[in-house]
Amino acid sequence: MRLRTFLAAGAVASMAMAGAAQAEDMTIVSWGGAYSASQMNAYHKPYMEMNPGVNIINDESAAEAVAKLRAMAEAGNTTWDVVDVVASDAIRLCDEGLAMEVDVDSVLAAAPDGTPASKDFGDFLVTPCFIPQIVYSTTFGYRTDMVGDTPPKDVCAVFDLENYPGKRSLEKRPINNMEWALMCDGVAMEDIYDQLATEEGQARAFAKLDTIKDQVVWWSAGADTPQLLADGEVVIGSTYNGRLFKLIEEDKQPVAMLWDGQVFDLDGWIVPANLSDERKKRALHYLNFATDTQRLADQAKYISYGPARASSAPLVGKHATLGIDMAPHMPNEPKNMSNTLLYNYEFWADYRDDIDAKFQTWLAK
Amino acid sequence: MANGENVPGPILAADGRPLRQSLARALRLQKLRALMLIAPLLIFILVTFAAPIADMLFRSVENAIVPDTLPLTVAALEDWDDASGQPPGEKVFAALRRDLLAAVAAKAHTKLGSRLNYEQTGVASLLRKTGRRVKRMEEDGDLAAQFAEVHKSWADPETWATIKRFSSAYTSGYFLNAVDAKLGATGIEARPENERIYIFLFERTLLLSVVITVACLLIGYPVAFLLATLPMRTSNMLMILVLLPFWTSLLVRTSAWKVLLQQQGVINDTLVFIGLVADDGRLAMINNQTGTIIAMTHILLPFMILPLYSVMRTIPPSYMRAAKSLGATDWTAFWRVYFPQSVPGIGAGAILVFILSIGYYITPELVGGTSGTFISNRIAYHISSSLNWGLAAALGVILLVVVLVLYWLYDRIIGIDNVKLG
Amino acid sequence: MLAFGRQLLAIGDIVPDQDRAFVVFDGVQKSYDGETLVVKNLNLEIARGEFLTMLGPSGSGKTTCLMMLAGFEVATHGQINLGGRPINNIPPHKRGIGMVFQNYALFPHMTVAENLAFPLQVRRMSRAEVDGKVQRALDMVQMGGTEFAGRRPAQLSGGQQQRVALARALVFEPDLVLMDEPLGALDKQLREHMQYEIKHLHERLGVTVVYVTHDQSEALTMSDRIAVFNDGVIQQLATPEDLYERPENAFVAQFIGENNKLDGMVTAFADKEARVHLDGAEEIGALAVNCRGVGFPTMLSIRPERVLIAEPSAPNQLQGRVVELIYLGDHIRCRMEVAGRDDFIVKIPNSAKHSMLRVGETTPIGWLTNDCRALDAA
Repeated sequence: MRLRTFLAAGAVASMAMAGAAQAEDMTIVSWGGAYSASQMNAYHKPYMEMNPGVNIINDESAAEAVAKLRAMAEAGNTTWDVVDVVASDAIRLCDEGLAMEVDVDSVLAAAPDGTPASKDFGDFLVTPCFIPQIVYSTTFGYRTDMVGDTPPKDVCAVFDLENYPGKRSLEKRPINNMEWALMCDGVAMEDIYDQLATEEGQARAFAKLDTIKDQVVWWSAGADTPQLLADGEVVIGSTYNGRLFKLIEEDKQPVAMLWDGQVFDLDGWIVPANLSDERKKRALHYLNFATDTQRLADQAKYISYGPARASSAPLVGKHATLGIDMAPHMPNEPKNMSNTLLYNYEFWADYRDDIDAKFQTWLAK
Repeated sequence: MANGENVPGPILAADGRPLRQSLARALRLQKLRALMLIAPLLIFILVTFAAPIADMLFRSVENAIVPDTLPLTVAALEDWDDASGQPPGEKVFAALRRDLLAAVAAKAHTKLGSRLNYEQTGVASLLRKTGRRVKRMEEDGDLAAQFAEVHKSWADPETWATIKRFSSAYTSGYFLNAVDAKLGATGIEARPENERIYIFLFERTLLLSVVITVACLLIGYPVAFLLATLPMRTSNMLMILVLLPFWTSLLVRTSAWKVLLQQQGVINDTLVFIGLVADDGRLAMINNQTGTIIAMTHILLPFMILPLYSVMRTIPPSYMRAAKSLGATDWTAFWRVYFPQSVPGIGAGAILVFILSIGYYITPELVGGTSGTFISNRIAYHISSSLNWGLAAALGVILLVVVLVLYWLYDRIIGIDNVKLG
Repeated sequence: MLAFGRQLLAIGDIVPDQDRAFVVFDGVQKSYDGETLVVKNLNLEIARGEFLTMLGPSGSGKTTCLMMLAGFEVATHGQINLGGRPINNIPPHKRGIGMVFQNYALFPHMTVAENLAFPLQVRRMSRAEVDGKVQRALDMVQMGGTEFAGRRPAQLSGGQQQRVALARALVFEPDLVLMDEPLGALDKQLREHMQYEIKHLHERLGVTVVYVTHDQSEALTMSDRIAVFNDGVIQQLATPEDLYERPENAFVAQFIGENNKLDGMVTAFADKEARVHLDGAEEIGALAVNCRGVGFPTMLSIRPERVLIAEPSAPNQLQGRVVELIYLGDHIRCRMEVAGRDDFIVKIPNSAKHSMLRVGETTPIGWLTNDCRALDAA
């Protein structure tokens, strides 16, 4: 009898301790690598200094965030507090009821000049669950030593096997590739999604992709194209602009950036649905800090992704270690934006499954 | 007889109970104890194996979200003839409005949208958009027109046909999708040619798995033979080499293959250097089927060698000697005497390698390019990316059934008792 | 010149007594590691139709010799002839030698009939011929019943497997059959029974048999001649009777049958008789077989059944004290203390007039000089 009492007391005590320890921890999920490092420097460290009671745990499983959040929700045990996802995933999570809707103006800080957050973020608030953080783009880099004297000037060089022979790397999914294909097949920018919504438009895009199909290396991880470029396996390849920045400016590889035809996408935060009030409050308190004007500008010191707030842009300075001006390397720098596309979330939310099935079939044949 | 009874009846134990009964009692205690001993394992298997599989089976047909979210609409649609070519009447729109109001309050309409978008492209944004506007609709007005104003799809009978087709709590939709078919207006029909992928991928998965299994066998058999016949010290050394791949992480090994096999890689460089291959004719050995076959054969080789080795080790060398003394050449002795006895090892190794490779997805994803990916890559995609878990479950179930059928065939042709791990 | 002579000898036709030398080991040596010899300079001739047993303790080199003859081991030096032809470079499957293995080595995945048909099939015999020979071979080993042919080896008893193995080694009618401890796995009774059967088969078929065993009673029962191996050398090659009655050295005397040994020193030689001074300070006579001469140590060997008890007519007399008596039915085994050793065994036949001894009693013992052999000191 005494033994049982003792054991029960021990169990209660250890649960209480576990509870106390958990109250201190906040799990933030992100993409890992240089990106997580930039968040650590710009957000986590200053936040933990100001709030010694909170310990931020950095989890690097953002790539599987959607599936994991669904599995956690089904198991009734969501262990994540804040999750960094791309906008399309945020929409999906919102649709599935897995992410919490956030009233932006009441939760997030206004700009220093008093502009409310909803206006400061503007169009980037693509779904009520999503708090934008950065603007990044998917664009092309090419080997400067493999293109002769006529470096490519526009994105259609990807489809130009005559002048730019050799392998090229594209992401193994229809998104972006279909748009580029139509763009280079002579479809006007504003008609691209209307075209893609039709069978004929899709067939047209596939036909254009067919012309380079046997020269394409398809990538699925963001690190693939930089590696392929560094190894000289491909002449030109698409990847995230931050990866190319690192390859060019930090690793000094003979690679140059092709801003033409870059496709903007957003990355930001969601808070999982059904958190306890206490955890929800903590998560929002963190987000209020991490997404204010200065913090977003700070992140650009470490990585070449553009802050999602309009008010942050003027505050972007120099790279923390390289000391070079970061503004020219931002995808939303006006000079880089002559010919750009914004990821059409609405369209792809509808057509993703349909076109992906066709894309995979096309790939396999 | 010991009891001195004359009537033929059940034999009694010393305490007067029927012997059969006492025996059963004694055995029951034993069985109970045995059951308690295996209970942890049994529970473990039930929780971690049987339950997930049952859950997967269930998910592949489960469709409760439609009748749960649109209960009134589903009931109202009973009377609508989907072959009529006309959208349903006002009664159905009224039901839809009430269902959607409740769904929006529960934030279930977008979830339903995701579900139905698998069947008809565009329903996701249709429901999202309609959800935003449904509150403002006037109950007494012409609801059909109001809905059509929000989105023209509501006037399209095809939208309604889709809802009606997937209105029951269980659906064959996922399984049909998994075999490149769909539930159309006139029943089950094949998908258009440019969307048929899964059967092709199943075939490719099976074919490549067979190729990998055969490659493992061809490479592994001589190695296992050497291991089993060499003196202990040498064979231990060789065994370490065989097991070496197990000690390096999968990703490291795969990266190593990339370095070796890519066009600017070590093998191609060497071939160009010795002049076997022209510089512009470098071999494509990665990001295609060749890459998958090479890398997976390497990774799965130990699973072939180990069962082969443990079976071969039990074949005494005297059999080969006996065969030779009886006049058989080396080859005949091997083929007619040694080889048949190593068949159980081949069976075990082949089943192991085949089943492992059929479900592999990391390596094909990394080195398979487009022509070397497996069905499991699509399953992984639907689990982690498209969130179409129902389809992933259906594909998984089919894969499971294929494996079971092959297992059954193996049992019929070769016999499962002819499999030995040592 | 010598090499030439050997070559001449090797050509079977012109050697007049080639049948007497059907198998010839000529100066054969074998080493596995290049440092020690397992077989040291083996010279052995086996006649056609002979039943020769290689007998010796394990590690004595007998099995290695058999394996060299079968072709599974290569002689490090020397030559092996079969039927007048050197076979060193002939692979085992072309030697046409039947072999019965220690654990039978019946192919487990084949039926009895298939096992027997195997050597015939690899010789490309016709189906009918094969069936006939298989049936005859099975009949020969009393396994001709229809129930056996279709069985797998695992479904047979040890004795039946033994018979099948024998039949398989004989079915292709080889001139030479090698047997490597074929009865080792059988129980005592069956083993003895099979010994007679193999012996009778040999007599009936006239096939040459080389038989390896470490069991001396088996060797004595079956063989025409026995080669006793020890330490890679044939210690003695003789008929069973000679081997038992007239061992030529201490090893053979000790290895074959039961033996009493007494250590002593040779004091005098006279007409094949040696006078030996025993450690127990007594001097007796013995047949001088293998002792080096006066002043050298020797080992005397006397078989327990040749010791005479209380027989005043025996030429050599010693005193023995009874230490232990064991009743064994047909004889009584008596352990005695003689000349300082207490392991001296005397077998007293359980005859009508045998002497009754008691433990502790001292009694005179003796033997005929010819029954006591003075051998090399081991």
